[in-house]
Amino acid sequence: MILPAYAVTLAGYVGLAAIVAIGLVLLTGVAGQTSFGQASFVGLAAYATALLPDVMPGAPPLLGLLAGLVLTGAVAWALGLITARLSGHFLALCSVAWGISFYSLFGTLPGLHGFNGIGGIPPLGLGPFSAADPAVNVAVIWAAVLLALLGARNLLGSRTGRALRTLAAERDMAESMGIATVRLARAVFVLAALLAALSGFLFAHFQRFISPTPFGLTASMEYLFMVILGGAAHLPGAILGAVLVVVLREELTDWVPRLTGATGSYEAMAFSLVVILFLQRAPAGLWPWLVRRSPAVRRAPAPKQQAMPPPATTPHTGVVLEVAGISKRFGGLMANNAVSFAVGAAEIVALIGPNGAGKSTLFDIVSGQQRPTAGTVRLFGRVLGHLPARRIAALGLARTFQHVRLLGGMSVRDNIALGAHLAGRAGMLRAILRLDRAEEARLLAIAEAAAARVGLAEMLDLPADSLPLGQQRVVEIARALCLGPRLLLLDEPAAGLRHQEKQALAALLRQLRAEGMAVLLVEHDMGFVMDLADRVVVMDFGQKIAAGPPAAVQRDRAVQEAYLGGVA
Amino acid sequence: MTLFVFLALLQDGLATGAIYLLLAVGLLIVFSVTRVIFVPQGDLLAFATLTVAQLEAGQVPGTLWLLDGLALAAVLAEAYRGRRPRVLAFWLLFPAAVTAATLWGPRAAPLLAVPLGLAVVTPLGPLLWRFAFRPVSDAPVLTLLILAMALHFVLAGIGMVLFGADGATVAPLSGATLMLGPLAVSGQSLAILVVAAILVGALRWFFGATLAGKALRAAASDRLGARLVGIDAADSGARAFALAAFVAALSGVLIGAATPIAYDTGFEISLKGFVAAIIGGLASYPAAAAGAILVGVLESLGSFWASAWRDVIVFALLIPALALLSLRAAGRK
Amino acid sequence: MTPAPAPLLEVEGLTAGYGRVAVLHGVSLSVAPGRILAIVGPNGAGKTTLMSAVVGLLPRQGRVRFAGAAAGSTEALATAGAVLVPETRALFADMSVADNLLLGTWPRRGDARATASAFRDVYALFPRLEERRGQRAATLSGGERQMLALGRALMSRPRLLLLDEPSLGLAPRIVRDIFRVLAGLRAQGLAILLVEQNARAALDIADDGCVLEMGEVVLRGPSAALAGDPRVIATYLGTGSSG
Repeated sequence: MILPAYAVTLAGYVGLAAIVAIGLVLLTGVAGQTSFGQASFVGLAAYATALLPDVMPGAPPLLGLLAGLVLTGAVAWALGLITARLSGHFLALCSVAWGISFYSLFGTLPGLHGFNGIGGIPPLGLGPFSAADPAVNVAVIWAAVLLALLGARNLLGSRTGRALRTLAAERDMAESMGIATVRLARAVFVLAALLAALSGFLFAHFQRFISPTPFGLTASMEYLFMVILGGAAHLPGAILGAVLVVVLREELTDWVPRLTGATGSYEAMAFSLVVILFLQRAPAGLWPWLVRRSPAVRRAPAPKQQAMPPPATTPHTGVVLEVAGISKRFGGLMANNAVSFAVGAAEIVALIGPNGAGKSTLFDIVSGQQRPTAGTVRLFGRVLGHLPARRIAALGLARTFQHVRLLGGMSVRDNIALGAHLAGRAGMLRAILRLDRAEEARLLAIAEAAAARVGLAEMLDLPADSLPLGQQRVVEIARALCLGPRLLLLDEPAAGLRHQEKQALAALLRQLRAEGMAVLLVEHDMGFVMDLADRVVVMDFGQKIAAGPPAAVQRDRAVQEAYLGGVA
Repeated sequence: MTLFVFLALLQDGLATGAIYLLLAVGLLIVFSVTRVIFVPQGDLLAFATLTVAQLEAGQVPGTLWLLDGLALAAVLAEAYRGRRPRVLAFWLLFPAAVTAATLWGPRAAPLLAVPLGLAVVTPLGPLLWRFAFRPVSDAPVLTLLILAMALHFVLAGIGMVLFGADGATVAPLSGATLMLGPLAVSGQSLAILVVAAILVGALRWFFGATLAGKALRAAASDRLGARLVGIDAADSGARAFALAAFVAALSGVLIGAATPIAYDTGFEISLKGFVAAIIGGLASYPAAAAGAILVGVLESLGSFWASAWRDVIVFALLIPALALLSLRAAGRK
Repeated sequence: MTPAPAPLLEVEGLTAGYGRVAVLHGVSLSVAPGRILAIVGPNGAGKTTLMSAVVGLLPRQGRVRFAGAAAGSTEALATAGAVLVPETRALFADMSVADNLLLGTWPRRGDARATASAFRDVYALFPRLEERRGQRAATLSGGERQMLALGRALMSRPRLLLLDEPSLGLAPRIVRDIFRVLAGLRAQGLAILLVEQNARAALDIADDGCVLEMGEVVLRGPSAALAGDPRVIATYLGTGSSG
């Protein structure tokens, strides 16, 4: 088949853009980190490979790929030291800064030939083979696109892929599942930059001439537009977006001057208008819309796994948790004031008190989400100090949240499997190369066993946000069980449950207690608490006002006055 | 560098810093009320310089027709949705008055060109809010930011169509030069500082002493609470955008006397206001002021030592500032 | 008890929710001037969703009418005289107590005399607010915050108050004070839609009650009858002395 040269060139540019866009889908669509600076990374690699012959005469072009990847990776890693901690719009603004800075550097650094650019870049070649023929070059580009697509798809279907999805909005929750979010954010940032570098390398040898222009802010915006138009969270959307933007750009630069008689780069303006309309009317992009329109594609049912119990843990004996003199001050508000109590192994302790008494704050302090103003927490005999939440999780503490923290669109199975994160070790590279299958099957089996235990076995494939709120709380409990904890912190586990469901939950907690697990729970349903708990700690206005067996606490005058007493 | 050169640079830096401060204040107002990072503020700045320049040259600026077209579209859209007649009347009468004054008034007169330019550009702020941001006002900050970036490209394109690629300057507010011993202080620099001080004072009064200003603060402090007491969220957004557009337009008139402004210059200027606002943490006005002066002075000194690196220096500042901000956010936990 | 006048708020077949999940399924109720309707039910039954949907903070399906006209936006309802005091209180934390109250007059802005009399009345109801008028709202205690939220809502002289969990996080003595204020407001002809987890306290003060369960009204009637209904006692008041 002979394609006109124009179509071949166009296909090349589409492929080059698609590689960058795939990285952006991972970074922005999945991990929620917007970058207006991807073109800088494309440029870094392009300049690296173009200038390599100056530094190392006779170096084969493939060495340029290595140079580009190493340089871009190093720069992205260094930037990532800062950006991985930034969230939302702060990262996006930061990317504008480096986008402009690099563009300006490409134009001013001595040795880069300013805006005249660098010409005479050799075509790709390996030994005697040279890809001087554009068609061969385009084939190489599209092979790279397919590899990138495959690797990204593998990554998303893995332990790391699940963890990536928490970065957008649920970092605190992820940390309490043992996920090192900052490191992960940096890793995906570097990965997206490396994909951009790959594109930059291919670009330099495809076009055989580079100048700063295609690496500026406008170009970065176009990459982002591709992802938004295609559908930010969908890999095929990256290809779709790349086709749309590149083809439209070529057509517009052709047609606009003919129609208006004006010259200038109006395509950016036209895209921007389209993007504004898209963000207003179809923020999910084109791909989900196409999928909805096409005949339903049924996902193959997941292969049946041998259900597996959560990771075995040796129950701790004696005192599991010791809270001593904990105070927490928020501005003028004393959320906790010198609170002390202890939880032993195989014991269920209920923390009760009116809303706003400081129970959730105490939970956050014990699980490491907040640091106390004063006092110490001792877990399994160890003083927690400034230990981050993910380390505390690894020690054997799991928790649920008062306001349910699930990834709404993700399946119940994947949500629960987030809790099994620490039971696996496979990282990004093994996931991309699909070397993590055995481990992944084991993690999913742990998740399914936990689901069966709490009675969610039938709902594994449903999106989490389609469950009633009470059931979503149960999903959180299953997720916590996957950690194989020795201490379980439950924040209002029975809220929104029906009577029978509460009975089932109580039975489960009794069974866990019989296995030696310690449970600390906050709950408002007094019937539930009084039947279940071994001991009750009562808080009011940040202070512990009573503690003891349920019956004794119920008789306590201070408790009746503060909490149980009616208003009449 | 001699002391005099340093003082001259400092004077330049202070004046530019004052402009960045104004832009930072505009950004902060819009962000705190609507959560929009108002990137196109810079384009409005450029529109203002170019509009006033055309008016001073006796021409009818293209932005006038942009204003009329958008206002008419707003009137039609609001009438279709059956909104309040007062709003409709404003968007009919105000553009009509501005158009009449431009077409038939002595538009090139120094006393009329600047107010006319401000009157043309300021309403573009709320109109942009109306069409670009209001339909998605509950979207995440990030979506709004991407939208703002896209809007910048649209406005830059429009600026190119309306004004061409060449830069223009406007008449200075003051052409005088003051001699302080051997140091020449330009009247325009002083004028910039005085106008900036007056504007900051006026804004303080507006937010601290008027019910309308307090309502805007309320909308920034608690969006839900503001809606519950009946403060219309869409109106608050429009007011915030109007303030920011006015500040941008005024900045355009001030800076345009010293520096030629083209359709695409505004973006970088507003980004520097942005750096100042970020240094202020998108929250605190005094910190933003310090940031703005710092950026202005650094830029001025940078242009003396390494003019090609000027922008890199300024924008690279943003990265450690953001890092500090995120450390502070982590420390609060 | 006098016969109920024409209802001020009418809700018919209201369905609402968040994203994919419908939380309310066809809820109907009405409140007349000078009466308190209490909505009780367990956590997660949809009480807060109901309030948000009625005032238009959530998209709503079904019919909501206020004072004989179809209910508009949240802002329009506030201007028309239906004000919500949400569970979070939604105070202007960085602003003074007096400024918070002043902004409550927004629907009647420009009428200096009405503003002055509203300040007098609210300060008379909550003398504590007058003592703290210069203080920032963020520095108030829980009880004071609730007084301020209530006071701010009263500044515009509303005809209907929607109160979401007014007892939340408050000491019983303060709850008693606030409920006493509510009874006084009812006597002046104010209609109140009250959502409470503290079912006993709510039914004690209310004229009528609705029991909300899983997004549906499962029981309704005069509150005295509801408080004695064995189903309500078993399901919502719990055993023993719990509220």
